[in-house]
Amino acid sequence: MALPEVKQTATEARLANLVMPDAGCTRAAREDALARVLEMGLPGRRDEYWKYTRPDTLVSAEAPTAALFHSDEAMLFSEFDRLKIVFVDGVFSPEESDDLELEGVTIDRIEDICCKDIHWAKELYGVLEARGQTPVQRPLAALNTAFAADGIAIHVTGKPSKPISFIYRHASETSDAMLHHIIRVESGAEVTILENGPAASRFNKCMEIDIADEGVLHHVRAQGRDHERRAATHMFTRLGKESVYKSFTLTVNGVLTRNEQVIELTGDDAVAHVAGACVGDGDFHHDDTVFVTHDAVNCESRQVFKKVLRNGATGVFQGKILVKEGAQKTDGYQISQSLLLDDDSQFLAKPELEIYADDVACSHGSTSGAIDETALFYLRSRGVPTKDATNMLTLAFLAEAVDEIEDEALAEAIVSRLEGWLSRHS
Amino acid sequence: MLEIKNLHVKLEEEEKQILKGVDLTVEAGKVHAIMGPNGSGKSTLSYVLSGRDGYEVTDGSATLDGEDLLEMEPEERAAAGVFLAFQYPVEIPGVGNMTFLRTAVNAQRKARGEDELSAADFLKEVRAKAKSLKIDADMLKRPVNVGFSGGEKKRNEILQMAMLEPKMCILDETDSGLDVDAMKLVAEGVNALRDEGRGFLVITHYQRLLDHIKPDVVHIMADGKIVKTGGPDLALEVENNGYADILAEVN
Ligand SMILES: Nc1ncnc2c1ncn2[C@@H]1O[C@H](COP(=O)(O)OP(=O)(O)O)[C@@H](O)[C@H]1O
Ligand SMILES: [Mg+2]
Repeated sequence: MALPEVKQTATEARLANLVMPDAGCTRAAREDALARVLEMGLPGRRDEYWKYTRPDTLVSAEAPTAALFHSDEAMLFSEFDRLKIVFVDGVFSPEESDDLELEGVTIDRIEDICCKDIHWAKELYGVLEARGQTPVQRPLAALNTAFAADGIAIHVTGKPSKPISFIYRHASETSDAMLHHIIRVESGAEVTILENGPAASRFNKCMEIDIADEGVLHHVRAQGRDHERRAATHMFTRLGKESVYKSFTLTVNGVLTRNEQVIELTGDDAVAHVAGACVGDGDFHHDDTVFVTHDAVNCESRQVFKKVLRNGATGVFQGKILVKEGAQKTDGYQISQSLLLDDDSQFLAKPELEIYADDVACSHGSTSGAIDETALFYLRSRGVPTKDATNMLTLAFLAEAVDEIEDEALAEAIVSRLEGWLSRHS
Repeated sequence: MLEIKNLHVKLEEEEKQILKGVDLTVEAGKVHAIMGPNGSGKSTLSYVLSGRDGYEVTDGSATLDGEDLLEMEPEERAAAGVFLAFQYPVEIPGVGNMTFLRTAVNAQRKARGEDELSAADFLKEVRAKAKSLKIDADMLKRPVNVGFSGGEKKRNEILQMAMLEPKMCILDETDSGLDVDAMKLVAEGVNALRDEGRGFLVITHYQRLLDHIKPDVVHIMADGKIVKTGGPDLALEVENNGYADILAEVN
């Protein structure tokens, strides 16, 4: 079917500015992805899942510029022992990165997987993204598979002693970056992936994660403070039997962030938790779009998203739990809540459940509210100044999402960032 | 210490007058009790003194050691020494009881220009005080009042009072919902704080709390006013005859 003309034109304009990397064995996957882009067209305002978030600046031929943010504060996770993989405006920086050597994992650049003939990687690149295109289209992810200029392939075969940490530095006001990472966690293996930094003025990132039976992947991410940056990220995760995936994202500031999580529970007794805490001010716009598919027995999924919005900020949550036929004993939970610190801010939520099995327990809830005046008075009556009391209640509101982080030290690091933001913005 | 003169209060949102000229003076070192039927305005008085929103003072004044309370924010009143033990203590999910207590203690010290209490000193003090109120370590760790029984909430109020060492303690129906043992614990907690420099205003519906916290002065409040003031015997009179006789006599 032909695309609507507006979409056709926009898609062509964007593609005209892109060059497919000369990437050997990923070439076929890239060509396939390009075909998907051409068929779907890039997102437009009329698309069902883009009603609350304007895709214009994410699909435009040129990326809008974004000022660089300077701070004397050490970057998040600095104090943690970790293996650092640094990208500057979306380009791998070997000088700033650690040696990509760590017991229990093999780490390669995507461009090297062909000459090294890494089979699992060739079999994963673009595959989960392609599967994730139905029933909801995600054209920006297909665009990424086709044109991502860099990225990392991580093969987890053991239990590495420290987290692998992606650090995304933003160096140029006009940077327009696309990264594509793939991670395969083998049976019984376990890894923690950290991500932080603003990345680029416009950032399109795709991560495909394949977790084999009894594998475990923890993911903690913080999206940088550069307020003018824009980002569209996709995480596609497939879980095998008794495997575990836990992902948490902190977002402070950012005029446009769209984080999609597409999760497929394909083995019995698997567990997937995705959580997010965001705080934003003014023209901050933050969108979490989550799709969890239960396709096995006795799996558990949790979605916990909390947004603190002020001075006209906008929060979006679109979360779906799909329970396929035969996915009995599914335990699906979803909560999305916003704390609106004034009347100008808004929270737009679209929670969805679609269930084709009869023995399941699924619940979802979405709320939007102001600071609890009674609690505020109680704190103040004990001598806590209004500003501190408001911040305490705001952190308390976010706590349910932050509590999803299993590692206490990482959770504390996130809380201290939130405290910093609150003290600067109140 | 606490001086309330001709206090008139209406609801901010409605044309409803609740306090209609309250006169009351609590001297340092004394315990005053206020009794009165439901709806007479006792809780309203306690809220107005601690600075809750939603009320409008239309006439009169309230001062603590000569300072105008009504002009201050709730946190300033707290730092000046006002403490209200709530009739319905508030649950605050996500805020640990201990964190809350320490923040409150240090905020008040800071407001008064004193040094903050070190973590170790605070811990030592809170443990000792919690123990005498039979508040266990688990209750200290849990979120403020969340999942606490009625009695636990009231004991938690007294713990806060003991930690904050206010000048003027206002207790709003701290006895309601308590069994005899819990009431004794609470009364002991209050009695331990009785001191020459401290005043108490104990609001209660029933006389029984006053068996344990012996008042110096008893006031009867009805329809937004203090209608009768007397000694401890007045509480016994209410206990034996109810409010009807007193109200009939006043009218
Ligand atoms: N916020 C409010 N909104 C409406 N009515 C109120 C409010 N606060 C108090 N009142 C009314 O004021 C009167 C006094 O209430 P209160 O002070 O709670 O009495 P008491 O504590 O003596 O039982 C009651 O009639 C009560 O319904
Ligand atoms: Mg009352």
